[in-house]
This record gives sequence, C-alpha cells and structure tokens, in this order.
Amino acid sequence: MRNAFCETLVHYSKDPNFVFLTGDLGFMALEPLQKAAGDRFINAGISEQNMISVAAGLASQGLFPWAYSIAPFIYARPLEQVRNDVCLHDLPVKLVGNGGGYAYGVMGGSHHAIDDYGILLSLLNMSVFVPAFSADVAPIIEKLLKFPHPAYLRLGRDEKPKGMTLPAYAPWRKLLDGQGPVMIIVGPLAGGILSGLQSEAGSTRPSVWVVSELPILAKGLPEEFSRDLERTGHLIVVEEHVAHGGAGEMLSRVLLMSGKAPRKFDHYCAKGYLSGYYGSQNFHRKESGLTVELILKDLKK
Amino acid sequence: MSFEKTLLQSRKRLLQMHFESGVGHIGGNLSCLDILMVLHHQVLGPQDQFILSKGHSAGALYITLWSMGKLKDEDLKLFHKEPTKLSGHPAPRWREEIIFATGSLGHGFSLAAGLALAKKLKKQAGQVFCLTSDGEWQEGSNWEALIFVMHQKLAPLTLIVDANGLQGFGSTKEVASMDNLIDKFRSFGIKVQEVNGHDLTALKSVLSEPTSEPRAIIAHTTKGKGVPFMENKMEWHYLPLKEDQYQEALKGLERP
Repeated sequence: MRNAFCETLVHYSKDPNFVFLTGDLGFMALEPLQKAAGDRFINAGISEQNMISVAAGLASQGLFPWAYSIAPFIYARPLEQVRNDVCLHDLPVKLVGNGGGYAYGVMGGSHHAIDDYGILLSLLNMSVFVPAFSADVAPIIEKLLKFPHPAYLRLGRDEKPKGMTLPAYAPWRKLLDGQGPVMIIVGPLAGGILSGLQSEAGSTRPSVWVVSELPILAKGLPEEFSRDLERTGHLIVVEEHVAHGGAGEMLSRVLLMSGKAPRKFDHYCAKGYLSGYYGSQNFHRKESGLTVELILKDLKK
Repeated sequence: MSFEKTLLQSRKRLLQMHFESGVGHIGGNLSCLDILMVLHHQVLGPQDQFILSKGHSAGALYITLWSMGKLKDEDLKLFHKEPTKLSGHPAPRWREEIIFATGSLGHGFSLAAGLALAKKLKKQAGQVFCLTSDGEWQEGSNWEALIFVMHQKLAPLTLIVDANGLQGFGSTKEVASMDNLIDKFRSFGIKVQEVNGHDLTALKSVLSEPTSEPRAIIAHTTKGKGVPFMENKMEWHYLPLKEDQYQEALKGLERP
C-alpha cells in the first residue's frame, strides 16, 4: 500500500498547496515522492510533536500538508499536537500512519497501532480512512485532497486474494454474498477472510462488507446492509484494533440508537499481547482470534 | 496620547479586567504586557504574524487588542465569563490576530515555524514572531522546534522569551536549572539578543531590527511588573486580586 500511496502522491505533488512532511521515515519507499516534490518534501526529523504543529501552521495558511510516519509515531507521540493544533482548529492536516494494526509484527508493541482510530476518533473533527486493498489508496487520496478537515490514513499490507475482482472503492462495499450472518471487516484483514470464506456454502456463508471510512454514522449505513442484518439478526465485526473505540463499538451504538440492534453480535478484535510473546502480524492476529479458521469454527458451533 | 500613557492605561485595564473577573495569572500577564504592546503598536505590519505560546497571558493579549481598538470594553467584561470568546487561554477561530489557540505550553514555537515555513514555500513577505515563557522551555517540543527552525533556516522568525525567572511552583532556576537559557540557545546555533523587557525604546529597537536568520530575543522581565507587591512574587502566577489589593495595585502603577 505504501507504494500505491507514494505513486499517487507523486501524481499530485506539483499542486501549489502540496507539502509532505515525514518523521524521518520512508527509506526505500518514498524516494520517488522526494524527487518529485522537491522543496515540498520535508524530512522534519525524529520530532513528531514539532512536525504536527508545523503541519498545523502550514494548513492554517492554506497549504495542504501530509504528515507521515510509522503509525504509532503519527498519532500517539504527538497526540496533544493533533488534538489542540490540528483538530481544535479543524485544519486539513492529513496524518498518514504506515503499518496499521499488528503490521510491524515482531518489531514489537511500540510499532503496532491497535488503538489508533479509537484514539483519533475521540478527537473533534477527525475522520479516519482505512484502505483494505492497495487499489483503495488512490481513490482515498483523491477524496482526501478535497477533504477540508483533519484525517488519518491507516496504511497496511495488501492481502487481496489472487484473482479477486474488486468493486469500485466506496466507504462500504459488499464483497461477498451469503445467507449467513452479516460480517463487517475493517482493513487489509479482509483479504485473508474473504479467501477463507469463498469456499463455504452460500447457506451458512456470511455476507461480507468492508468498511473503509470511520466513524460509522447512521447516515452512512447502506440500505442493503440494514436489510441483510434485519434478515439474519446476527452481526459480526472483525477489526485489527482493540474493542474500545473500535468499529464494533461504533456500529453497535448506531444500531442501538436506530432501533436496529441485532439479536446476536460477535466482535473479533485485537486483544493486545495475551501470551507476552511477540511474532509476525499473523502470530498476533492468531493470538487475538483474528483468523478465518477461528471465525468459521465459531460459526459452526 | 503618548505610547507611555496608552501603556499605563492598558496596565490599569488589565488589572481591572482580572479583578472584575476574579481570576489570576496576573504576574505573567504583567511581565509580558510591554512586549506585546510594543510589538503590536510599533512593530507588526500587515503581513506579519504573531503566536502567543504562553497562552496563560491571554489577558495581556486581549488588553493589547483593546488598546488598538480591536476589542471593546464590553468584550473585556466577558473575560472568564460565559458565554465568552475571551477564555482564560486564547480560543480558536474567532479573530485573525489569534491564529492559534494556545494554552498547553510548548506548541507555539512549532506553530510559528509552520507559519514561517508557509511564507517561505509560498514566497510571501512578512515576519513571524512568537512569545514563549522561560519556564516553557522545559517542554521538549520547543527544542524539537528549535532544531527544525535552525535546520530549515526559517527567517524572518523571531522567538521572544518572556524571561521573568518564575514559574508555577518555584523559580526556573530552582525547578529545572533554566537560568542559563542563553547558552543553551547559542549551542543550537540561533542568534541570541538580550533586552530589558520593560525598556520600551530598547524593545522597539531590537524587535524592529531586520533579520535574515532565525533569532531569539531574551526579554528580561519582572513578573508582576508595575505592581510593587506583586513584583517577583511567585504566588502572583495564580492568585486573583481582592478589592483592597486591587486598589493598592492601581496606586502602585502610579508610582514614579
């Protein structure tokens, strides 16, 4: 996804309001953007607090800054700068975090972002964009370029199943039909789950929706999703994020408030570091129960 | 009216506003009022920008804007009341002179760096000024900003430090050995100038000096300046004025 991100921004880097700030990250990835953007590509050094306030200063003057780092270093380290300087002023600073969820795997907890959108969406005026596939990155960036508010783009690793044809990007997309429960997935995790579910019989197979824009609001729910949910009464939310502040909580609230609460609700989410051991992204997903195998096992109980 | 008279009137108005609203932070407001007044009345041009990083001196900024006719008496009456735009620390998005809401220390210099960088990238004229406190330099983010400003050669950008030597719970020397700020600044490569922060002529002179490089002006100031019983007293960082203290303070301002 990072390459798709870089390629897309290269395309827009000649815009007179374009500015890209990085917290000294992007080696072997962002060099084409560095070359294309010239003095509009600024390595702000390992100083994320300063970088975010500088971005706010730039945005206040009509520029359109992107601020990039490994995910936790763009939202957790400079949280107060994001909160006060960007969100309180409703400035169009675009935060870009590479490695959403457990993507940095064995690099360890400091590099994981399993609480990013929950934290950020508690801030005023903030929106979050989570591409599930590399193909989503360009349409999201095009959207962000016209988006006059703070936003966070959570990048991950593309896990699109081979041969799968994606419908055009949309905040909510139905990617698999089924007569079973309604499943909502946030992020690249969708790829592996879709692969695993394709061979399931249609009568028990969940209908799968991928949600790429947060927060989840009542007005954003597609009618087809509501119909699916009403029919089955069973909702499953899967996300590489902790339960608190996650899409599961957001969707539950919306459904409860609109009188559409499902009879059954399952939430598969990041659970931290249960064993205390570290490993690959898939190691951590497995430990949190974020695998299609476990979901299928539960469904067949 | 002479500038000195305007300044005295503003000092009185600042005390009145704080007294009527029953709020503190008076000491740090009085230490930087001269700087804000000289800067806004005699230095800033239409293309220049200012960031008040020590947001707890919002009162001094409101009074400065009042002295320029940009805020009215009825506005000042709402200081610390509700509903108000004149909150204890500057609120966002209501006046072009207040580009950023501040209040949490250690943000303003980075914001000013962003403004200066915007001017550089857009090839726009004008200077950026930022006023911090001295205790505020205990915030690590300020040093991040200083590294960035020097590396990016952001100019004309002027950092002014209201060096009154006192912070919330002690002197800057006692709390964090921050009495040698000048040496620390110089070691980062920034040009440092010193000024008596209550000498109006010297302030105007140093603030008006053209600069082609980032610079820091250490303005040596007195917390509670002008009110004898407040001067250099830490407690006036926080305390509000009682009626008898207010009357005594007004008399103190009239001393020769």
